[in-house]
Amino acid sequence: MQFGIFTVSDITQDPTTGRTPTENERIKATLAIAKHAEEVGLDVFALGEHHNPPFWSSSPTTTLAYIAAQTSTLQLSTATTLITTNDPVKIAEDFAMLQHVADGRVDLMLGRGNTGPVYPWFGKDIRQGINLALENYGLLHRLWREDFVDWEGQFRTPLQGFQSTPRPLDDVPPFVWHGSIRSPEIAEQAAYYGDGFFANHIFWPASHTQRMIALYRQRFEHYEHGTAEQAIVGLGGQVFMRRNSQDAVREFRPYFDNAPVYGHGPSLEEFTSQTPLTVGSPQEVIDKTLGFRDYVGDYQRQLFLMDHAGLPLKTVLEQLDLLGEEVVPVLRREFAKDRPATVPDAPTHASLVARRASDQQSARRASDQQSARRASDQQSAARNAAASVAAAAPKGAAFGAAAVKGA
Amino acid sequence: MTTRTIAVVSAGLSQPSSTRMLADKLADATVSKLAAQDVEAIVETFELRDVATDITNHLLTGFPSPRLEAVIDAVTGADGLIAVSPIFTTSYSGLFKSFFDVVGSDTLVDLPVVIGATAGTPRHSLALDYALRPMFTYLHAVVAPTGVFAATGDWGDSADSVKTLPNRIDRAARELAALVAASDRSSTVRDPFALERPFGHLIGGLAGE
Repeated sequence: MQFGIFTVSDITQDPTTGRTPTENERIKATLAIAKHAEEVGLDVFALGEHHNPPFWSSSPTTTLAYIAAQTSTLQLSTATTLITTNDPVKIAEDFAMLQHVADGRVDLMLGRGNTGPVYPWFGKDIRQGINLALENYGLLHRLWREDFVDWEGQFRTPLQGFQSTPRPLDDVPPFVWHGSIRSPEIAEQAAYYGDGFFANHIFWPASHTQRMIALYRQRFEHYEHGTAEQAIVGLGGQVFMRRNSQDAVREFRPYFDNAPVYGHGPSLEEFTSQTPLTVGSPQEVIDKTLGFRDYVGDYQRQLFLMDHAGLPLKTVLEQLDLLGEEVVPVLRREFAKDRPATVPDAPTHASLVARRASDQQSARRASDQQSARRASDQQSAARNAAASVAAAAPKGAAFGAAAVKGA
Repeated sequence: MTTRTIAVVSAGLSQPSSTRMLADKLADATVSKLAAQDVEAIVETFELRDVATDITNHLLTGFPSPRLEAVIDAVTGADGLIAVSPIFTTSYSGLFKSFFDVVGSDTLVDLPVVIGATAGTPRHSLALDYALRPMFTYLHAVVAPTGVFAATGDWGDSADSVKTLPNRIDRAARELAALVAASDRSSTVRDPFALERPFGHLIGGLAGE
């Protein structure tokens, strides 16, 4: 199981000091946070995409390429990449490029984005959000898998014989997660393609997340990518820790009360009881996070939001220390217990390369067997032709069909 | 005997409130009318005051507390709705509007509604027809032709003596009862996780197939 952090790249005033970091300070702080995530033993760093203040992350692959050069094991991802307003051709190019410079340590999470004006700024209509996500991903999926693409759709100019470059590293596209809070179409889309589904349930009650994940798992099985328990699930989470629970609550409360997304609304206590937010000791974070499995099943990726709402860099780095040293090692151990061997890990470039090789091998074997069977069928048909022509033909047809299906 | 559910939403703020009184009278009259048609009505009444903080929190966070979710589920799953607001500053109260803002724009489709309002003087009575009625029309609810407005005087001796408050309530209740008796809304499952169209069709349609 993978553990990591994700950031929305907000530039927010620290309510305890009244100071707002500059863009440059916040960007450099995020780079430091990403590097520290690897140092404390986390697996994943995921970066959001926005096109309006107070957010800075408009060019995630540029940022992630820098982080790739500064790290060696960290998996780089997004949270999320806007599949609605970005040109799918540019997404195909940018992330294939990132794959090459990062030696494959790349996946991405697609989302629709919920900032209304971004759609018209990029010439799109927010009412077409779902349709944009479906059509754009359909094209992106092909651009990474077919060398030359002829394509025509509703939302972008047609392509004739287009080849997106560079080609994906080792001809293996980056793994794709689809993120959505409340749209069943996106769970369906993830299931249809056999991609991952990420439920950022940090602003949403567990009961809702449970149903979305259950839907995705059921449809993943329906589309024959594996059993429901083999579907690839990721979850968001949000924590603030101090060794002493009361200290955590006291220190985090002003950040919570003034946070851009939920500040001045529900109390910290209400919010922690209704959502996955945990403010307390590392043990409390461990207990609550382990509880996620009770309602989504064994899953593959857990990301935490750690650096928002104006928290200073020093505090965030201390949070990462606690997460890496005290929380994640226990989570790894506990999540591994009773986990069926049939539940896969989150796909990585290495695992996808291995899967491709084995798929190609079994396709070759199936095709060899098919030719062998055809030859043997022909022989036996010839032998039996005089006795029973009708008996040989259905047998041959049945084997042929099975071999094709197996391929 | 068939059964129908009626949700009653009152945005009155004081305890006791004349808004709640009007809502209760509309509910009682509707239950009687339905009983006469051999329909048993189950009435669930909600004072928005009880979930006022939850409504504000939903506006800010985008999701309902469990307590507010229960109210929303009862209202959106009912066969009929009696919605009564006090008139503040020439319109429905902010609390009343905020509740229907978080209920969701497609959750009241085809829902029979009778609207009611209260205020200090009869001069505000048109607020029913320029504020409440268009709001429910926008939500594609089915609003009964008669709305009931009760000014403070309607509860005492300066009431309209020709078309009395009980007359108006009776007429509105008759209209709502007829709509509710014919509605099977509460028995139709509305699954928020259901797709409107099969996914293959969605993709195929877009690919021009």
